[in-house]
Amino acid sequence: MAHFPKPSEGSWTEHYPELGTGPVNYEDSISPEFYELERKAIFNRTWLNVGRVEQVPRTGRYFTKELSCAGTSVIIVRDKDGGVRGFHNICRHRGNKLVWNDFPNEETSGTCRQFTCKYHGWRYDLDGSLTFVQQESEFFDLDKDDYGLVPVQTEVWEGFIFVNLDPSNTTSVKEYLGEFGAGLEGYPFGEMTQVYKYRANVGSNWKLFIDAFAEFYHAPVLHAKQATDDESRKLQGYGFEALSYAIDGPHGMVSSWGGMSPPKDPSMVKPIENVLRSGLFGPWDRPDIAGLDPLPAAVNPARSPNWGIDSFVFFPNFMLLVWAPGWYLTYHYWPTSHNSHIFEGTLYFVPPKDATDRLRQELAAVTFKEYALQDGNTLEATQSMIESRAVTEFPLNDQEILLRHLHRTARRYVADHEKSGTPVDVPVVR
Amino acid sequence: MNPVLPPDFADLEPFADWCLHTEAERYAKRLASSMDELQSFYDAAFPRLEQILIYLDALPLDDLPDDARHLLDLSYSLVNVSFPVEVWRQPRVPDSGAASMDAVVEPAV
Repeated sequence: MAHFPKPSEGSWTEHYPELGTGPVNYEDSISPEFYELERKAIFNRTWLNVGRVEQVPRTGRYFTKELSCAGTSVIIVRDKDGGVRGFHNICRHRGNKLVWNDFPNEETSGTCRQFTCKYHGWRYDLDGSLTFVQQESEFFDLDKDDYGLVPVQTEVWEGFIFVNLDPSNTTSVKEYLGEFGAGLEGYPFGEMTQVYKYRANVGSNWKLFIDAFAEFYHAPVLHAKQATDDESRKLQGYGFEALSYAIDGPHGMVSSWGGMSPPKDPSMVKPIENVLRSGLFGPWDRPDIAGLDPLPAAVNPARSPNWGIDSFVFFPNFMLLVWAPGWYLTYHYWPTSHNSHIFEGTLYFVPPKDATDRLRQELAAVTFKEYALQDGNTLEATQSMIESRAVTEFPLNDQEILLRHLHRTARRYVADHEKSGTPVDVPVVR
Repeated sequence: MNPVLPPDFADLEPFADWCLHTEAERYAKRLASSMDELQSFYDAAFPRLEQILIYLDALPLDDLPDDARHLLDLSYSLVNVSFPVEVWRQPRVPDSGAASMDAVVEPAV
């Protein structure tokens, strides 16, 4: 029984006929060879979100980002003119990693006037120019102008810092993010600076965790024990249907209802949720800031009064979730091999005005972790069984349209790259 | 042992070992506790939560005296153990197996 209207074609999936409706082959998630192609065709070609401007609030503030998926590490820094720049994290002298603390493979952050290499003391200004060479006169015709840090294309969209490792890229991040990006502009991301960030090493292909968070079909079953017994039975009987789905180029989005903020019946939720007025969907009361009413055009596209959350899947590995009660969440999936990745989940709230606000946010953050642990654990089991190749094709339903689209997009990027042998521009997936 | 909580909350002193400032410490203590231990902490602290909120909300969040700060930390622990006590009936998240997730950024207060 349909609870929400679908497109005239009869399903969300058939509204995008190029997706097909047949079973989907998951070889793209278990093949080491395919992963190597993804590194070239996707992670070295597309815009990757590596952080937020709040991480580099002042001149000289920097952080590093390990990008095993692209075979490099980058430094992001606020320069003297207030701009945000990115560089490959490598000293021009003999290739030492330039910025790190104690453990070369761990990310770090801090403040500096210039970057100094730990090895031979070469120094670089915040704009990347080489300013000092130890015993410069020992070198042969060394022109410091020729040995600045290697820049990485770096752009900021709505406070999100993106890098693109393809020097020949000519697409701006704004253009790349397409109609979903345009439709999110103006959301008060910059007001939501109270941050909780979780990280996990997950033993699955990166796309499998996106799969898990790009559909809610699993929620009434996998997370059944999170709700009270009566509520859980009701949710399973009801199943899950989204308010709407949309696809734009390589990106997708799902808009969902959210009945828990606040619940119609207090007995539906846990005792501490009733006292704190908060839970999985965040604090029940919206913070008093501008920009949440009306919301930007891309949010709650069905204009449903029951709207609860929108999940935007920005290809390849960045998800942005906007919640009705006025906060947002990001997911990043950083591949480390064909069957492993680092997952990051980051919650952003308006800074609390008192202890009650703070505890409401704490409850939302703790609840997020409880759910994510269940989601993450399922994946390693899925990965190992898909690798058995006992079954190679899987039927995806209409509520799993974004999964169908994600795997298709990854295969398309790889195929286009293989065909052209040259960098793919923004591919037209539709 | 010297009291660490505000005098109004002297009844929670037996649970002062739950005054833990980081999520990692709170989660580790939760996993290392028996359900009886979690239940007795919850049974003592949960009925006091509304009073705790009233007490703490009267103070500036970014400049809490030490005893109030401890009370807030204890409240974070209450939030954390509410899942095993109210829902899971076990310290660990069911079906989470060997999965782990670390808090790498959390608020200073």
